[in-house]
Amino acid sequence: MKEEKKSGLDAVDEGPVSSDVSRAEHSGGQADAGEHASVAALTEHFGSAVVRHRVYAGDQHVLWIAPEKSHEILSWLKSDPDHQYDMMSDVTAVDYGNGRPINVVYQMFSTVHRRELRIRCELPLDALEIDSVVDLWKVANWLEREVFDLFGVTFKGHPDLRRILMPDDYAEGHPLRKDFPLRGRFSRAEQTRRALNQDVERFYRPEDLSAGHTPQQVADVEVGTLASDDAEGDA
Amino acid sequence: MAQRTIDLEVGRGREMGVDGNPALSPIAPFDIAEPDMSTEHMLINIGPQHPATHGVLRLVCELDGETVKSVVPDIGFLHSSFEKLGEYRSWNQIVTLTDRMDYLAPLIYNCAYVMSVEKLMGIEVTERCKVVRVILMEMDRIFGHLLWLGTTAIDVGAFTPFLYSFQQRERIYTLHEELTGARITTSATRVGGMMADLPEGWTESLSEFLDTFPDTLAEVHHLLTGNQIHIGRTQGIGAINREDAINYGFTGPNLRAAGVDYDLRKDRPYYDYETYDFEVPVGQHGDCYDRYLCRMEEMQQSVGILRQALDRLPDGPINVDDPNISLPSKTDAMSDMESMIHHFKVITEGIPAPEGDCYLGIEGSKGELGMYLVAEEGDTKPVRWRVRPPSFVNLSVIPKLAEGHLVSDLIMINASLDIVLGEIDR
Repeated sequence: MKEEKKSGLDAVDEGPVSSDVSRAEHSGGQADAGEHASVAALTEHFGSAVVRHRVYAGDQHVLWIAPEKSHEILSWLKSDPDHQYDMMSDVTAVDYGNGRPINVVYQMFSTVHRRELRIRCELPLDALEIDSVVDLWKVANWLEREVFDLFGVTFKGHPDLRRILMPDDYAEGHPLRKDFPLRGRFSRAEQTRRALNQDVERFYRPEDLSAGHTPQQVADVEVGTLASDDAEGDA
Repeated sequence: MAQRTIDLEVGRGREMGVDGNPALSPIAPFDIAEPDMSTEHMLINIGPQHPATHGVLRLVCELDGETVKSVVPDIGFLHSSFEKLGEYRSWNQIVTLTDRMDYLAPLIYNCAYVMSVEKLMGIEVTERCKVVRVILMEMDRIFGHLLWLGTTAIDVGAFTPFLYSFQQRERIYTLHEELTGARITTSATRVGGMMADLPEGWTESLSEFLDTFPDTLAEVHHLLTGNQIHIGRTQGIGAINREDAINYGFTGPNLRAAGVDYDLRKDRPYYDYETYDFEVPVGQHGDCYDRYLCRMEEMQQSVGILRQALDRLPDGPINVDDPNISLPSKTDAMSDMESMIHHFKVITEGIPAPEGDCYLGIEGSKGELGMYLVAEEGDTKPVRWRVRPPSFVNLSVIPKLAEGHLVSDLIMINASLDIVLGEIDR
């Protein structure tokens, strides 16, 4: 954790933005719920499940909701005739680092009412679980798999939750988390060793591409081969 | 689309065509019940290194004879974690990452990214810059569609359109090179403007391209649109209906081919697209053939938009007049103290962003290209930079489209989705 956020070239050297926990979170963008029909309706309908409402970038309405109610609220938004968000544009996540909760972000659009809305759910790091919305929007299938792969968020009820961009047997964690070093957790030597020790024939078996299989295990990392001990890594 | 409707009926009907030739497709399916020859299912691996997968995509198919029972796409072979790299770079440095995602239409990605940053920061670009970006985006829409046209035609055995379209692409490559110095990795945009204004004589070169390009397009139309082999390979293949297309997340030409009139240039207009006169082609059947027709018509419409944009291209500065955002000219930076300070500050400190997040979707050549940025007060780098990849979402539909078709149709369906693996894997 850094004391003060640097700017310019220092910041480029240091790595990703570290957010200052002492700063007031989500302080800007105060907004009036009456401006957006869905926001007003949601506040009325679900009351305390709507955590906060902000307007960012001029005209974009962002709504934080309680994660345990997320499926109920999203399915209401999809089916209610006054809203009908039939198009799920994007499902992604944001990690601010420094132990702050990971935000799962749903970007929605209604082709009927021509309206946009962004929903965010805050998940504390010790409970990275949220209901899957694949039953509502099929498009969420791969998008949720990507969030699971890169952030480690588990989507309950997802039909095929496995890694999608990283290899199935990737053992270094979830790359888009702020605590993941840019070059990976293992040294180059260890990464090479693991690659060479893989059983490549396994990649041509059908069961490896179905849900719920156990990825192949390569023997654990050897002592002294973590990235920090790797001279080449700093070059 | 009146002409399109006639073509469709010619291909589908069993009667004489408009020109008196038999219109029956030579490889139209027979209505004879096949003998039950089902045996053990076979597992076939296509790719990741195979030209028909249009990139490093691996498709694992379970086959019953030649019929695809299930198909599992396996992606990630080109994963470069651009989004993670973006968290380590200042706003302007990310531009170079964006054109490496969709190297088939790089300028659209350059423009989409800086548009999103400008939206987040509340920067209003100059009128000239808006029109120039429209020109670049429409030019690269043609650029992207041409590659799709050539490679898809070659997948169904038509070699000539490949040569024709790549000749035209070469001309756009030259325009890229004159404008940015690079042919693929253009990196032409900057927050608040462009890397440089259009060079002298560039608009004339573009006009020259626009004058002759529709002729080539007409020739390809002539070669493919009524071609019985092409029709037999594409009509009724990989069809999807309206509701499913929306629910599965199709965007762009793939969605419009299924009959949904949804184009971000019309529905959520940016850069005064509402003032340009153009049509959005919409298909009826949602099959490979309609996707082909939609893209062909889109190229034609883009030519019209480009002509209008060239007509209205205003004079004036291309970068915003704000020393905290735009760099001064090199001459000024070297001779004028004030300009040198601004140059130094923009380069070393970067451009501070306000707190918030911003999602901006634009109509890319492959579908809705969304750029989602998250920043905190004063950040000179994004907390999170997310690209909503149109090809990634479009590819995820392939199991639904291909199951029940033949292996050869799987290749056609994959081609008709217009995917680029650089952006799928990011």
